[in-house]
Amino acid sequence: MLVLGIETATTQVGCAIGGHEGVLASTHSARGRRHAETLVPSIEFVCRQARVELREMGAVAVDLGPGLFTGLRVGVATAKAIAQALRVPMIGINSLDLLAFPARFSSRLITAVIDARRGEVFAAGYRHVPGGVQRVSGPAAATPEDLASDLFATGEDVLLIGDGALRYADRFADRSHIEMAEQGLAYPSARSLVQLAHARALREQWVQPWDLAPLYLRRPDAEINWSVREGA
Amino acid sequence: MLGIETSCDETAAAVVDDGFVVRSSVVSSQVDLHARYGGVVPEIASRAHAELLTPVVAEALVEAGVEDGDIDAVAATYGPGLVGALLVGVSTAKALALVWDVPFVAVNHLEAHLYATLLDDPSLELPVVVLLVSGGHTMVVEMTGHGRYRVLGSTVDDAAGEAFDKVARYLGLGYPGGPAIDRLAMHGDPTAIAFPRAMLEEGYDFSFSGLKTAVVNHVRRHPDVATADVAASFQAAVVDVLVHKLRRAAAEVGAKGMCLGGGVAANSLLRERFLDACTTDGRRGFLPSRAMCTDNAAMVAAAGWWRLRADGPSPLDTGAVPGLGLPVTAR
Ligand SMILES: [Zn+2]
Repeated sequence: MLVLGIETATTQVGCAIGGHEGVLASTHSARGRRHAETLVPSIEFVCRQARVELREMGAVAVDLGPGLFTGLRVGVATAKAIAQALRVPMIGINSLDLLAFPARFSSRLITAVIDARRGEVFAAGYRHVPGGVQRVSGPAAATPEDLASDLFATGEDVLLIGDGALRYADRFADRSHIEMAEQGLAYPSARSLVQLAHARALREQWVQPWDLAPLYLRRPDAEINWSVREGA
Repeated sequence: MLGIETSCDETAAAVVDDGFVVRSSVVSSQVDLHARYGGVVPEIASRAHAELLTPVVAEALVEAGVEDGDIDAVAATYGPGLVGALLVGVSTAKALALVWDVPFVAVNHLEAHLYATLLDDPSLELPVVVLLVSGGHTMVVEMTGHGRYRVLGSTVDDAAGEAFDKVARYLGLGYPGGPAIDRLAMHGDPTAIAFPRAMLEEGYDFSFSGLKTAVVNHVRRHPDVATADVAASFQAAVVDVLVHKLRRAAAEVGAKGMCLGGGVAANSLLRERFLDACTTDGRRGFLPSRAMCTDNAAMVAAAGWWRLRADGPSPLDTGAVPGLGLPVTAR
């Protein structure tokens, strides 16, 4: 079965097609936050590169977030519409799971960190297990300072990965047990997305387009302000 | 043509044949989600569009009785509006067009409101002068041909719909303000209070901030005034100015007809006075049904159909343009 993967949770736009033979084609482009402009041409491009037609897809996978709200909605709306038009099921995968996956051979506590803007990060912790990683904490929104002190308190060797880790690298710098993953792994990968999604598709662990929603991990500001006012 | 509209707080999809035959028009309103904040909250609107659009599109297709292969093009509003909200509609429309291998058409929301007129009466004779009044816009536009517009005037401060919302909030009538004032005004005396009519000495521009201040001052000075009288007098003042300027514009350009469009065009008094003016002046009146005045996707499909014929498909790297204006053509 062929799976189309769409990834727009960070400033990057990623798209890949994969199946039994692994990833057939993928593209990642970082053009700031122009997700809507970049995504559909990227999909056309990977189809051409993989020499397949969209209608051959058996499932559509999408990065559900957490991440940039606008990017997420572009990716999720596009993925849902493709699945709806093709009448195929969907697989949604957490952006932090995607970040941790390429680091799966590390024996350290893998901590995936995405820049959440406004002085916060989205983070989750993972451990190596046969065939991949297992989430052991999160996902949650936190300040980089809180995350740093939590990690320090564990006393464990940590591998930090993601654009949030790079952005706030100074907050983690004086901790000798923390290692920073390289820049090339700082964004969720559409290749990881189709690899993980293909495995799930074979087990029929999927949902229908109308049941799939982005993972925001943060309520809209207006809603927060309103409940604060009401509670006061 | 499948149309998609997500520029503000209505999630809508519609199937329209030949530019004016409405096969289905589904509108899912988010009014209840925003009511407690007294206005549309962009992040809440965007989240709701992302959740609602898939079922709304499915319903529009089923209601129209079309198979996927029957859709010849997909149109979506790409501006003006809330950027996060617009992106959900644009992304969805481009993806559907990609899978079905049909043209995608990016539609200007303001142009869509002008085309709402055609859905109820395709026999539009040009040129016409259109009064476009909504929560975001108040303008008088001369339409000389399909896709050919000249903006004669617009508001220098609040949009008419915004004035309704603000006055309704001040009077404690809740949100949205337009329907609330419309309802209450039926029980009030429109001549009770002589609110000012800002004519901005006879150009075609509008101003509603002075009227809003006059309402606030009057209620402050007369705390016992009947709210229904305030609502009726305020509404009469707004409608007087709108209709007066529309008639003058139509006379000046020698328009064959006059049109109303936008959410405020659902106002009962405005509709009544518009039709009276058409009769008095001997011009054809084009008045969309109330459902076609407020945001909907049938008007997007209608405008998209004309745009596709005029300009061909829009590129698949189209994004949202939140500050988009009406495409203005020199005469
Ligand atoms: Zn509108």
